[in-house]
Amino acid sequence: MSSLWLSFELAGCVAGILLLVGMPVAYWLAYSRWRGKFLLESLVALPLVLPPTVLGFYALLAMGPRGPLGKLWMALFGQGLAFTFTGLVLASVVYSFPFAVQPLIAAFENVDQKLLDASAVLGAGKWRTFRRVIMPLSLSGVVTALVLSFAHTLGEFGVVLMVGGNLAGVTRTVSIDIYDRVQSLEYAQANHLALLLLAISFTVLCLVYGINRRAWAPQWKSWIAR
Amino acid sequence: MDREVSPSTLIASIRKARRDAAGTFTLDVAIEAPPGITILFGPSGAGKSTLLDCVAGLVRPDAGKIFVGNDILFDAAKCIDLSPQARRIAYVFQSLALFPHLTVQQNIAYGLSDLPQKERQARLDGILAAFRIEKLRNQRPAQISGGERQRTALARSLVTAPRGLLLDEPLTGLDAELKAAIVDDLRAWNAEWRIPILYVTHSREEVDALGERVIAMDEGRIAGRGAPMDVLDAPRRKRLAQASGFENMLCATVVELRERDGVMRVRLGENACEIEVPLVHAFPGDRVQVAIRAGDILLASQRPSGLSARNILEGRIELLEQRGTMCIAQVDCGVKFVARVTPGAVRALELSAGKQVWLVLKTHSCHLVD
Repeated sequence: MSSLWLSFELAGCVAGILLLVGMPVAYWLAYSRWRGKFLLESLVALPLVLPPTVLGFYALLAMGPRGPLGKLWMALFGQGLAFTFTGLVLASVVYSFPFAVQPLIAAFENVDQKLLDASAVLGAGKWRTFRRVIMPLSLSGVVTALVLSFAHTLGEFGVVLMVGGNLAGVTRTVSIDIYDRVQSLEYAQANHLALLLLAISFTVLCLVYGINRRAWAPQWKSWIAR
Repeated sequence: MDREVSPSTLIASIRKARRDAAGTFTLDVAIEAPPGITILFGPSGAGKSTLLDCVAGLVRPDAGKIFVGNDILFDAAKCIDLSPQARRIAYVFQSLALFPHLTVQQNIAYGLSDLPQKERQARLDGILAAFRIEKLRNQRPAQISGGERQRTALARSLVTAPRGLLLDEPLTGLDAELKAAIVDDLRAWNAEWRIPILYVTHSREEVDALGERVIAMDEGRIAGRGAPMDVLDAPRRKRLAQASGFENMLCATVVELRERDGVMRVRLGENACEIEVPLVHAFPGDRVQVAIRAGDILLASQRPSGLSARNILEGRIELLEQRGTMCIAQVDCGVKFVARVTPGAVRALELSAGKQVWLVLKTHSCHLVD
């Protein structure tokens, strides 16, 4: 069961970090008029099409003792990155990046430009406009970003296997654990974990689609008002 | 913060070229708006909204200057371009752009966040009363009526004590009575604050209701300015004439010039039906456009005599229909005219489709347009 908690911990960290990092990136991608914007857009979407093993392979190289990231980490904190929980978080952030950024971009772009103009004419700078107009009106996008990056991290396998290895309590996430148990023919335990993961994933997705269908919109709105 | 406003004139003299699918559009205007309402009138696509966007600072002109009183908002030559936040020009969009997630009170307080709490509350209470929306404080935009939304949008803009107000067709979709009530409240507010208000509309009715000064625009240029009567009752451009309610637009050929009388005779259509119109710079054989208001045409059931009007045309009513409180008669005199008559006149003259009638046109009701 510890593998399940580890997965939750990982997914929680990744979703939190992605929200903080994804917000400014999504803001820039939604509102920038720079012509070369497509370059960054493609970069952000890359994890969607790359096999996790490719991503994991390069992450491992970068984080290894001779990789740039690994060396930097060693110099800063006196320890390596590969096969650690921190390394796993870093790789997962990259892997789940599009799942956080794309719902945010969609939500930001959906905010009526006239509302932003009105805010500017009323004297509000970019930050106040973001805080008081864009954010509250993009809340469903924020929730979607959080939940999707959480769920996507929960279910990842290839990247974890490449970067984290299989260290109990450190990098053995639930998906690795299931794979392990199947390999050692412990079908009952594998089934137990797999079923749990299935139930959790389904619940999480129900949450996302429910919010996007505005099933709970009135509640959300009164929650903002308070 | 210093929010005192002194009466000052808004002056904008700008050029802005814009390229889109339809080709290049150039806005090239110089306008002056003293305190009070100045109407910007013109057909859609005339560049009215672009002009407002430039004044508000949302669009950067290619060249020119914009200032209010002595304060420069934009000067291309001096590289001055104040941000929309710094201009203190209020702008009410056609869509109103109320924040849907905020209440009426929160919407109105949006531009006041720099003020201390006490002053903010005082301003809020004042403007809520001035626009009669105190009871709506805690409602959201989706919960209030169209007219109330328009009042809220006006209040939100004016509560910041701006030095100019831009209104982009803010009252479209309201009935005349509601419109008049809101305009009255706006005038009452401005009697005290004396700021220039640029009011964009393409509705002739609104121009008449708001009165005062009008600037007519067409295809990115100023097509006329002055009192509504002078500008819109004698338009010089065809598109403007159509927009300002000239139901009859007729192609004509100049037949004869009578310089001494200040008139000329033109032939309408290919038909031999001729009328007398005011003299303009033209030569016999030139093609011209004549614009006549449906309301300026008199209908007679017998050939009239002893009239000063020079143009009497014989024709037959093709169609008669009631529109609101007026009747519209379509009359075929070789060319087709639209005339407006009251239902009383229809009864008195026993007008009906197929009946023979005579149209009477004063020379100076016939306007030549480009």
